[in-house]
Amino acid sequence: MIEVVNLTKTFKDKKRGVVRAVDDVTFRCEPGQIYGLLGANGAGKTTALRMIATLLKPVSGSATVAGYDVVKQGAQVRAAVGFLAASTALYGRLTAREMITYFGRLNGMDDATIRGRVKQLADELDMHEFLDRKCDKFSTGMKQKTSIARTLVHDPAVMIFDEPTLGLDVMTARAIVRFVRDCRDAGKTVIYSSHVMSEIEKLCDQIGIIHDGKLVAEGTLSELQARYEETDMEEIFVKAVGGEAALAAAIAKQL
Amino acid sequence: MNWNAICTVYFKELTDTLRDKRTLITTFLIPTLVIPGIIFGAGFVMTKVIKKAQTEATSVMIIGAENAPELAEEIRADERFRVVASAEDFRDQISNKAIRVAVEIPEGFEAGVSSTAAPDVMIYHYQGEMKSGMGRGELRGFLNEYRDEMVAAGLADRGLPATIARPFNVESENVAPPEKVGGNAFGGFVPYIVVILCMTGAMYPAMDLTAGEKERGTMETLLCSPVSRVNIVLGKFLMTLSASVATMALSLIMFAVSALGAAKFFAGGGGGVGAAAAGEGGGFMMLIDPWGVIGVFAMIVPLAVLFAAGLLTVSLFAKSFKEAQSYVSPLMIVVILPAVMGTLPGIELTWKTALIPITNLSLVCKEMLSGIWNWNYIAVIFGSQVIYAAFALWLCVKMFNRESVIFRT
Repeated sequence: MIEVVNLTKTFKDKKRGVVRAVDDVTFRCEPGQIYGLLGANGAGKTTALRMIATLLKPVSGSATVAGYDVVKQGAQVRAAVGFLAASTALYGRLTAREMITYFGRLNGMDDATIRGRVKQLADELDMHEFLDRKCDKFSTGMKQKTSIARTLVHDPAVMIFDEPTLGLDVMTARAIVRFVRDCRDAGKTVIYSSHVMSEIEKLCDQIGIIHDGKLVAEGTLSELQARYEETDMEEIFVKAVGGEAALAAAIAKQL
Repeated sequence: MNWNAICTVYFKELTDTLRDKRTLITTFLIPTLVIPGIIFGAGFVMTKVIKKAQTEATSVMIIGAENAPELAEEIRADERFRVVASAEDFRDQISNKAIRVAVEIPEGFEAGVSSTAAPDVMIYHYQGEMKSGMGRGELRGFLNEYRDEMVAAGLADRGLPATIARPFNVESENVAPPEKVGGNAFGGFVPYIVVILCMTGAMYPAMDLTAGEKERGTMETLLCSPVSRVNIVLGKFLMTLSASVATMALSLIMFAVSALGAAKFFAGGGGGVGAAAAGEGGGFMMLIDPWGVIGVFAMIVPLAVLFAAGLLTVSLFAKSFKEAQSYVSPLMIVVILPAVMGTLPGIELTWKTALIPITNLSLVCKEMLSGIWNWNYIAVIFGSQVIYAAFALWLCVKMFNRESVIFRT
């Protein structure tokens, strides 16, 4: 389970002064559920997820992942989390097997367990054909499969996906979406961030709309549709952030 | 600190680095192929050039041969010289390397020799040009011998002993042990090379393991693992240190082996003075105190730690490999200048110079290679290097924990 309470992160910026990248955000995600964070570029999604994954430290508020505090128990949190983002790449000079094995070892697994796990993941993700080839020669699909295997090697209870389909072709993006569903079906706690409305609409049990660092709306798809009296996710989003002018103003602030 | 985690990171970085062509070129290819290539190539060319210069008769122009027909005839008769026709533009011919030297015999040379005012015989040469320099030496030697013979004949005519003109001989003998001679001649050069190699060996891995990882997006992947950042940075640091020490050790070993090999090769096949020159060049390693070499390695370890940690820290700030290169390249000058200072003649190890980083190391290494063990200086310099290295490592760990550095946008 993930529990985020009043989480806040500020940065100092030469032009803009102190920027509140994540501002007093509170939400909760249960096991067997996908929580979708929907927001425009620069809304604060990545910063929020990086704090949950302990890559960044919050300035105030708290977050617990699988019962561990993200500030005080960083190592335990990371051991319980599988983090997959567009920005988490593979080591090009390692083979897929070496990549997965390396992250197994970093997670404190012994070699015999890792070997078994690599075989299991290669079976599930159909990776045997390229398991011993170097990652820099991979197609986008092969890279994504290897990244998924890397995040799953230690069988984490919590999965965090930060814009995982960014820049991917349709087939690979569909495979990722299928994999995210599989994670939920396996009882894992899943957070999925995206600015693609259709993905959030299709996948998520709970949706949080984040704008200018603040969580401006939260609920199931049907709850949001009822509240904003719209069926289209894009229209719901625009209404939730305060209209197109507010959206344009927030984007302009980042430039 | 978790040594299991550090070793996991270290061995992964080692595998990764050994598969990287650019690192292999810097760490292994340059020392194993380029250094022997340069030494053998340079030895071959030098032997050939020197041999050719020696076997070829020196082209000499005699200006004013009519003033000393006997001397001119002797020069012509000597097989070391090839006398060319006299011309007005002899200076240009020397500058254009058409002839090696020219000798000018003044008017009234014969009369002057028997009078009280000695005439000046002038040798014209091209300073800094090897063949002209050799020709000048040969001609000067020839003229000195000719003068000595004239003096001896004059004294004999007057029934006087030759010791009147040369009442005593001057001889010299080296009393310094061979390792001190070797240490003094090459002791400044060895630490200079070691310092440079230490730096170049650490440069590429330091940039690749930090800025390179950020650029490729693998840094964030790594930071998602439960291993603490201290262990990650220590694994990366040990890899950088290994590359630095490996480059240095491999380069020095290949340098020594190639120099000795070249000396034997050219002594066997080169012949003449060229072989002797090559033999001198290659034989110097034997003149250096072996304990001094061990001492240099011991002193250089904290410097390698300092370079590895310092370069990692600087590279960590960069967002890309290219940006890291722009930060790291100017540091090379910062390292080379104090290292060069230590090689300059006249700069000795004192309490003042012992406080200048890198220069102090260069100077103390020079002394150790000459067999001088000044333990007070050694302790102070080693101690200060350890403190600098520890500070650099501490700073590196601290920077790795800073969000603004790791996630700099």
